[in-house]
Amino acid sequence: MEALFSMTTGVLAACGLFLALRGRTFPVVVGLTLLSYAVNLFLFSMGGLTTDGAVVIEGHGSDYADPLPQALVLTAIVIGFAMTAFSVILAMRARGDLGSDHVNGNRLDEPREESS
Amino acid sequence: MPLLLIVLLPLVGSLLPIMSSNERRSACTALAAAPVLIALAVALYHTGAVLDGEVFRQAYSWIPALDLSLAVRLDGLSLLFVLLILGIGLLIIVYARYYLLASDNAPRFYAFLLLFMAAMLGIVMADNLLLLWFFWELTSLSSFLLIGYWYHQSEARKGARMALTVTGAGGLALLAGFLLLGHIVGSYDLQVVLDSRDMIQADPRYLPALLLVLAGAFTKSAQFPFQFWLPHAMAAPTPVSAFLHSATMVKAGVFLLARMHPALAGSPEWLYLVGLTGLVTLLYGAYFALLKYDLKGVLANSTISHLGLITLLLGLDSDMATIAALFHILNHAIFKAALFMTAGILDHETGTRDIRKLQGLWRVMPLTAAVAVIAGAAMAGVPYFNGFLSKEMLLKETLDTHLLGGLAWLIPTLATLGSLLSAAYAVRLVYNVFFHGPLPELPKTAHAPPKLMIAPGLLLAALCLVIGIMPALSVTALLTAAGNAALAAETPELHLTVWHGLNLPLLMSAVALIGGVALYWQRRHLFAFQRQFGARDARRLFEASVQSLVHGTQRLIDTLENGSLQRYMLWLVITILCLVGGTLLGATELRGPLPLQPLDGLIIAGAGMTIFAGLATALLHRRRLISLLMLSIVGLMTSLAFARFSAPDLALTQLAVEVVTMILLMLALFFLPQRTPKESSAPRILRDVLLASAFGGIVASLNFAVLTRPLESISHFFIAQSVPGGGGHNVVNVILVDFRGFDTLGEITVLCIAAVGIYKLLNRLRLFMPSSDAEGRPWSRDRHPLILISVSQTILPLALLVSIFIFLRGHNAPGGGFIAGLVTAVALILLYIAHGVDWCQQRMSFQYQPLAVAGVGVAALTGLGSWAFGYPFLTSTFGHFHVPLIGDIELATALLFDLGVYLTVVGATLMILANLGKLTTAHRPSKQKDKEKA
Repeated sequence: MEALFSMTTGVLAACGLFLALRGRTFPVVVGLTLLSYAVNLFLFSMGGLTTDGAVVIEGHGSDYADPLPQALVLTAIVIGFAMTAFSVILAMRARGDLGSDHVNGNRLDEPREESS
Repeated sequence: MPLLLIVLLPLVGSLLPIMSSNERRSACTALAAAPVLIALAVALYHTGAVLDGEVFRQAYSWIPALDLSLAVRLDGLSLLFVLLILGIGLLIIVYARYYLLASDNAPRFYAFLLLFMAAMLGIVMADNLLLLWFFWELTSLSSFLLIGYWYHQSEARKGARMALTVTGAGGLALLAGFLLLGHIVGSYDLQVVLDSRDMIQADPRYLPALLLVLAGAFTKSAQFPFQFWLPHAMAAPTPVSAFLHSATMVKAGVFLLARMHPALAGSPEWLYLVGLTGLVTLLYGAYFALLKYDLKGVLANSTISHLGLITLLLGLDSDMATIAALFHILNHAIFKAALFMTAGILDHETGTRDIRKLQGLWRVMPLTAAVAVIAGAAMAGVPYFNGFLSKEMLLKETLDTHLLGGLAWLIPTLATLGSLLSAAYAVRLVYNVFFHGPLPELPKTAHAPPKLMIAPGLLLAALCLVIGIMPALSVTALLTAAGNAALAAETPELHLTVWHGLNLPLLMSAVALIGGVALYWQRRHLFAFQRQFGARDARRLFEASVQSLVHGTQRLIDTLENGSLQRYMLWLVITILCLVGGTLLGATELRGPLPLQPLDGLIIAGAGMTIFAGLATALLHRRRLISLLMLSIVGLMTSLAFARFSAPDLALTQLAVEVVTMILLMLALFFLPQRTPKESSAPRILRDVLLASAFGGIVASLNFAVLTRPLESISHFFIAQSVPGGGGHNVVNVILVDFRGFDTLGEITVLCIAAVGIYKLLNRLRLFMPSSDAEGRPWSRDRHPLILISVSQTILPLALLVSIFIFLRGHNAPGGGFIAGLVTAVALILLYIAHGVDWCQQRMSFQYQPLAVAGVGVAALTGLGSWAFGYPFLTSTFGHFHVPLIGDIELATALLFDLGVYLTVVGATLMILANLGKLTTAHRPSKQKDKEKA
């Protein structure tokens, strides 16, 4: 199970990075989101993979899943959302001001939205 | 009496002159002189005891973690320099009163001068290597200000910059050297370092440490090959030159050599490095001093030469040579300061410093001429003047040295040659300017300087004579005390007399004097010889090398930082790959000792789906909508993974965030191009695939390596303390709102800031609104579908109820402010989607910005509230309450904090989405409307 979990994180990270290296803003934002999923899973697994752990403390059971990575990842998820939102809206603003959705701000041969 | 006063008085006193006005020069001068006088009195108060062999040491703790203490000492060596700095400093203050022009800013000058003086005193009194370095750098900085005092002159600016570059670079080398010494010895305490000579010299790091310390000393003292900055520093006002470039700052380097002498000297490396550098500098400076036409140019090169002489003496391997070096430091400071003062007077009274234009001036300024004659004679080494005594000691010591082994006879020969040149330029300087024919036409009508302007020079000239005639009475005690410190041993008994009987050194002195006069007489041959060489301007070379350095770095920056985000990402990824990959290469085995958990069908299916969706997101990225749908599958699978591995809070959060993220990205995609054009070349794709695969491989390996190794978690503390300390059974929530509440406060603040940033980014954003999708199909006109409207309105109260439920139970069961906030936000957004922004705004008239800010405020105030009860920030408390109908509930102040989190999440999320949604309804021309009009 550990091997499969690691492989999944690895594939997600690789796909995220590939997208983050693209030249247009939207794939980059999608890539960053994918990367943040991979990072969250990775961080979460630092506490070990617990199956059927206790949800809340009942007495002094020791089968409680490590809560520290969970607390860290919980805030990371929310902050990740804020980051995604900020970057995608920055991308929109860049397109509005520069007329291009290229990450380098190129005004190359960016075809404006076709007028139909 | 605190010794630190000697340093602090000028340091604090440097503020005094600034407070006075520039017009009232005498008051300003008095204000500058007062702290110096008091400091001198403090130093003199200790003098008797120091001369009797006592060493005062006082320390105050400063930064104990760095072993940096405010430790000062006053031993013989410090005392010699303290008296020089304060004594000559006082004279310079008086002299500068008359030297500065009415247009100059005197308060600024005195402030810089006192600052420099304090730094210099700090160097000579520091009892801690790091403290010494601190003051060392302070002298570099304050001398930069002083050299560049006439900052409107290009010469001054360039000279100041060059001096700062050279001495500053040397200072950094010195720091490195001191750090090495500190590592070898294990302490930065000066006394400990000085007592560890054997340990230091046996260490393999001795040579690098020595080289670095010498680099610092040689740059400061203008030793070859760093001598070039000193002549250019002559662009400073003459009082500065007299003080910094003869008496004090350039002496800091030789002071350092003397100070570190007990720890570093005595090795063959020291003998050769220090001795030969000194010898070369001695000859170089003397030769060029003879050739300069500018008065200050002659003096600058002569200073270089005399500093070389002192360095040579410090390098030689005998105790007497070290004493001679200290003696010459004193003598040189006295006669060179006097000579600089006369040069300043000449400049001031005649308007020129060119030796070719000046002659016969003794007729108009006899007192100045007298000072110059006496100081010049001391410089040339004429008997009964102080310079003669130390030069005689030098010649004697060079006869006994082991430097150069079988060729040791070269040293006294070359030392005699140096003395000969010194005599020649001394004669040229004094005779040419003050005698040598009638008074010429000058830029200004020459007249005698004010009495108080020449008085400091006269005093110094008198000192030259006193020391020269009665050395035993005047300086023996001081030199013995200083020698004790520099040798860390008893100074051999000193017999300073003018007449030692007929011996070889006397003969060498005579040869030097007579040869010097002869060389002066026949100097035109030398000038003609020198003219055959092309003139090389050190400053131009220096500026050119600085320029090429700047251009080089600019080119490097242009390559690295070309404005392409893709390029930066590439560098980042490569760095990660190298760092982490390198660490993994170092591991012996990837798999750890833990047994693997068994797989089941559900896990395999889930992982397979996640991998499939992740790959599809990447592969189909040019069809953006499909890519986005695939991304949402990954998000949902992540949420399920959290649920599967016993993290219900995370699963709930992820689910709610997933919904919000997808709505956001869909909205954004509406305004962005629907497809990505194909523009990456095949090699680029291949490169990125390779990089991404390597990255993924490393992440997977790392993850596997961690998962198969035993875990040492700190969480047992949180689990144990959650119920008794935090009053909650859901540890994750208790960590968020209680144990690590401060982190959470930071995080909601970031969330709020991001939302505000987005709000501003959306402000006045004008975007083209497409009327059809990528395939050319027009968007549906049915903006508010009926079913969605009914469902959303039905769901809203339910959803709000659920969110309150989740919020309240958060402390004891999965839930909490983050999740409840997201659920509320999702329910409201559904309402927006169903009814449109206008409909919602009519019914919900409040703004979201204040809501988000209020959330952060509530959380922060809850934290501050614990102060009111005398507890640290964010301390929480809890209790059980009985509420009718509902029953027993447990309430904690953490719940209030969680309320802040809840409000922030709702406010921030809606601020982002509602404002983005507003763009779709903005009243602005669209193609659709144009068509309708048409």
